[in-house]
Amino acid sequence: MKKLFLLFIGIIFLGCKEHNNSKSEETFQAEKVPTYNFEEFEKQLPKEENKTYVVNFWATWCAPCVEELPIFTELDSKNENIEVILVSLDLPKLKDSQLIPFIKKNKISSQVILLDDPYSNVWIPKVNKDWDGAIPATLVYNTKNRKFYPHKFESYQELLDEVQTLKK
Amino acid sequence: MKTLKILTIVAIIIAASAFAVNNVFEGGEASNSSVDGYGIGDVATDFSLKNIDGKMVSLSDYEDAEGFIVIFTTNHCPYAKAYEDRIVALDKKYKSKGYPVIAINPNNPDKNEQDSFENMQLRAKQKGFTFPYLLDEGQKIYPVYGATKTPHVYILQKEDEENVVRYIGAIDDNYQDVNAVKEKFVENAVDELLAGEEVSVKTTKAIGCGIK
Repeated sequence: MKKLFLLFIGIIFLGCKEHNNSKSEETFQAEKVPTYNFEEFEKQLPKEENKTYVVNFWATWCAPCVEELPIFTELDSKNENIEVILVSLDLPKLKDSQLIPFIKKNKISSQVILLDDPYSNVWIPKVNKDWDGAIPATLVYNTKNRKFYPHKFESYQELLDEVQTLKK
Repeated sequence: MKTLKILTIVAIIIAASAFAVNNVFEGGEASNSSVDGYGIGDVATDFSLKNIDGKMVSLSDYEDAEGFIVIFTTNHCPYAKAYEDRIVALDKKYKSKGYPVIAINPNNPDKNEQDSFENMQLRAKQKGFTFPYLLDEGQKIYPVYGATKTPHVYILQKEDEENVVRYIGAIDDNYQDVNAVKEKFVENAVDELLAGEEVSVKTTKAIGCGIK
């Protein structure tokens, strides 16, 4: 009986752990940047009702990506029912020396994950069949719709309008 | 016992939600990406671009070539850097077989000092480039080809004095680790062309640095 109890506690703990990365902005800290391959990344993507998710593919070395980052963090902080996930394609070996310091320096509070999956010819078409792999690129989705943008957003309003359109 | 029942239910709910894999990515919804540039089978334009030695280079200069491995690459991009040694190896392997590498820097040097002509010369020297490294001055050639990022490869096959596009995409399937490469896309394609066969994998995708 006691063993069973412990087992269930264990299962619950694992279950919670599995969910930790999907939504916990209040406790999220810059240094907590998980590294996933594409399969893991796909599995942990949240899909709650009444929420719209904005997945932005970027890297610290990509100048246009860095330019548009502030509008994504603004979108994230200003809208309760919109969640931004910043997917870094920085080289995994530079995670500690470049990516983490960049997040700290720019005080990025949105969730950042490092996508470490070199077999991009396999996963890029899964994100969108027309995407050739150039970044920045953004996927907006909710339980009803999704849309892919293989380009940079020029303004906060442009991004907000697109997200609002998808929510309808 | 009641506690156990509740715990069981809670555990099942949590486990179910944890494994409810969503299909965010499945399928290919229409995007508003515009597909410009060359497709497979198109005839690629020749050009006259300045090499790092100051001389102008055109595809027509290579009378004996059977085709070309045209690679849009650049100095500053980490993904391009990861491939420099492999590009040198490609040229060494295929130049003598009739498929030389022609590297083109499509970036505007005004946007990033690292991509300047002087820095191209420096980088080529450091890495021992055995092939021309051309500057797409005025950025006129890369949009015609439809290159969007670096590195971006176009394999051309010479046919009746025209250069026909036979492959577009990545060099291989693993930019990070040359030892973990499963498929050498460019090598396979050139080998097939040299054997008089059709290229089996004609297009591939990869992350790269957008051209600026």
